[in-house]
Amino acid sequence: MHERLAQWDFVIAAYAIGVIGTCLMVGWTLVAMRRAEMRRDLVRGSARANSGGTPEA
Amino acid sequence: MQMRRRSPPLGPCPAAPQVAEHRQPAAGVAGLYWIDNPAPMHGFANPARFLRLARWLTPLLLGSGLLLASGALLWGLLVVPPDRLMGDTVRILFIHVPCVWLGMAGWSTIAISSLVELVWRHPLAAISGRAAAVPGAAFTAMGLATGSIWGRPTWGTWWVWDGRLTSFLILLFLYFGYIALANAAQRDAAAGSGANRVTAIFGIVGAINIPIINRSVVWWNSLHQPPSITMGKSSIDGTFLWPLLFAAVGFSLIFGGVVLARMRMLLADIQAEARLRRKAMA
Repeated sequence: MHERLAQWDFVIAAYAIGVIGTCLMVGWTLVAMRRAEMRRDLVRGSARANSGGTPEA
Repeated sequence: MQMRRRSPPLGPCPAAPQVAEHRQPAAGVAGLYWIDNPAPMHGFANPARFLRLARWLTPLLLGSGLLLASGALLWGLLVVPPDRLMGDTVRILFIHVPCVWLGMAGWSTIAISSLVELVWRHPLAAISGRAAAVPGAAFTAMGLATGSIWGRPTWGTWWVWDGRLTSFLILLFLYFGYIALANAAQRDAAAGSGANRVTAIFGIVGAINIPIINRSVVWWNSLHQPPSITMGKSSIDGTFLWPLLFAAVGFSLIFGGVVLARMRMLLADIQAEARLRRKAMA
């Protein structure tokens, strides 16, 4: 049996998976990194305020 | 919090005393030299120094990687002619091959980080291994999906249980196991359970799958073609090879940027947790 398939449909599906997957991974990583660094700075800031404004090591 | 730089646990290697004494690699014992003198590597054991470097390197790697990968994919999609045998489906390779390569590179990163963590107790090694796990798993999953999509018009089937595909699926399960183990180890780390060492050992043992994936098309009969690019040789025509190489470099830069960003995230989490713990104890 010879099957004729629309090859471009497969190409577009593969590119969509690769491009969307990569963009989601990069976006999610950057958001998670920014959130973690903001939380650390917040904790540092409150610790500094509690110690009377003296900078901590 | 400043993480203290820990001294390497191994003392001078008795097998090569003159190497340790003169700090010069002697012929044939270069490996022992690096075990004895890990100073260049420990230069980045200080998180503050690492963060200074990572802050400008992360956007640089991500930006250049996204540009290069986008250019290579557009080149493969719009400029490259259809292949004589595969037709237009050859374009899938420009995204499939980098994903597969980074799936394997991700586990290699985990294995090397685990080794460095176990041998030299490098403070950032465990973090770099954990940071490479999620992008490695993501690229492995994308490699499996795009390979399956390429297989349907080329082989006439979405999936076959041959050596290459099965060993690559096992790699994805190994990633899931490593991520679960690393998360559990992070929770138990405060109790000093030694779970981090178990995660590192799992990272090294799992690396046995990498040469199996690589050699599977040579060892066993498979629908998958034998290696097209070997040391210094390529059976791929230059028309397809150049965009493929650009795509591989672009996606590798993205991978590097994501790993650095995840290392920054994990370090920030550790620093915040340590400060909160100290605050609670005070």
